Amino acid sequence: MESSSLLLFFLAAVTLVGAAMVFSSYIPPTSTNAVKFEPYECGIETIGDTWLQYTVGYYLFAILFLIFDVETIFLFPWAVVMRSAGMTGFVEILIFFAILGLGLLYGWKKHALRWE
Amino acid sequence: MGFNFYDFTALTHNIHVGLVEGFSPFMATTLEWVIVGTAYLLFVALFGLLLVYAERKVCAAFQQRLGPMRVGYWGLLQTIADFIKLLMKELIMPRKADRFLYNLAPFIVIIASFLAIAVIPFAPGLQSLDFDIGLFYLTSVSSVGVIGILLAGWSSNNKYSLIGAMRSGAQILSYELSVSLSLLTMIIFAGSMQFSTIVEGQRDGWYLFTGHIPSLVAFIVFLIAGTAETNRGPFDLAEAESELTAGFHTEYSGIKFAFFFLAEYINLFIISAVAATVFLGGWMPLHFGHLEAFNHAMDVIPPLVWFFLKVFGVIFIIMWFKWTFPRLRVDQILTLEWKYLLPINLINILLMALIVLTKFHF
Repeated sequence: MESSSLLLFFLAAVTLVGAAMVFSSYIPPTSTNAVKFEPYECGIETIGDTWLQYTVGYYLFAILFLIFDVETIFLFPWAVVMRSAGMTGFVEILIFFAILGLGLLYGWKKHALRWE
Repeated sequence: MGFNFYDFTALTHNIHVGLVEGFSPFMATTLEWVIVGTAYLLFVALFGLLLVYAERKVCAAFQQRLGPMRVGYWGLLQTIADFIKLLMKELIMPRKADRFLYNLAPFIVIIASFLAIAVIPFAPGLQSLDFDIGLFYLTSVSSVGVIGILLAGWSSNNKYSLIGAMRSGAQILSYELSVSLSLLTMIIFAGSMQFSTIVEGQRDGWYLFTGHIPSLVAFIVFLIAGTAETNRGPFDLAEAESELTAGFHTEYSGIKFAFFFLAEYINLFIISAVAATVFLGGWMPLHFGHLEAFNHAMDVIPPLVWFFLKVFGVIFIIMWFKWTFPRLRVDQILTLEWKYLLPINLINILLMALIVLTKFHF
């Protein structure tokens, strides 16, 4: 099967979820009361707005992830042709790693990796 | 059309040829899609149910209980009963939730899992898509699932859900790195990203054994990161029930909740299948270099059985983690990834590259 069959797996997933959701929204018995559709926070009413600003810590880790993920994408082609690239390629990757390692060390020393 | 339990290539080829000869090209493709789609849907549904049952039994065994025993023989029908119950539950949506995103989230997590399962090689001839960038495709597709989790948490308009989703996002993003870097180590060793080539390369011995220490380190890192990737304990702080009720799927009910549950178990299967394929030889029987008699004896067991034996072995180890270790805090999780696993992985890659370059491997 060729790569156009990826559509098949997409469609299979959509069919599965869609069919079950349509079934469940019409067949099961329903009821309503005053507080049923409030957010469930263990019986206590929600105070204030839910969609508010969030801790900047997550953002820092997202940026760090982006750097290293792009790096991984660069490494994949090298990994496949590593045997033919030989020692020259290895030394170049070593330089690449050194620069990246310095970046990680910098982040480490600046406490970017510490959760606050 | 003979049925050969050791090699499905002839069977799938015959079905394909039969369809192409018997019908018009469009009908043949459609029929093929229907057959393959139904097979995968059945497999996912049955395997999901089986894994939930297995998890409950394993958990019970660790806690010296019996687990589900009432419905069916040894509680075998328990998960089917649970499934019917979830299907017959009313779907509740919070009044202030973001309607569109709230309904979209279950689709995204299931689609990501389905796209990832497409490239898993079950046995010779039993693999629907064999890309030459197989492993790369798998890591990229399986990371789409986190979008569904973030959407679910954000759109529910519930503070617990939001906290759970943010934690889960940070965790999955971070461990994504370790998963792809440890797979990268093995790609260096295999020299290919194609699943069939990787499995074929382990004919004389699994990569876990032939790859020296770096492949062992990569295997351990992959198991840890894979457990975190599937949001399972001890990394399940995204749905820490004692502090966040249920995390990102607090507001989901009935079958929508079941889909998050199902996605978690499909992802568990995918992680285990990748670990089994890349490190433990996939459907390849256990072979040791030149021990001819031993190798022939091992060949008697069909590849499909080998594959599922390995997969269930890895699944059992991951379940073992869950019921043994206490849950980590969010700062501990990020420290483990960024200060330990990532540097270890980077050094491990260089070590593996050196070993391959100097031909210091079996």
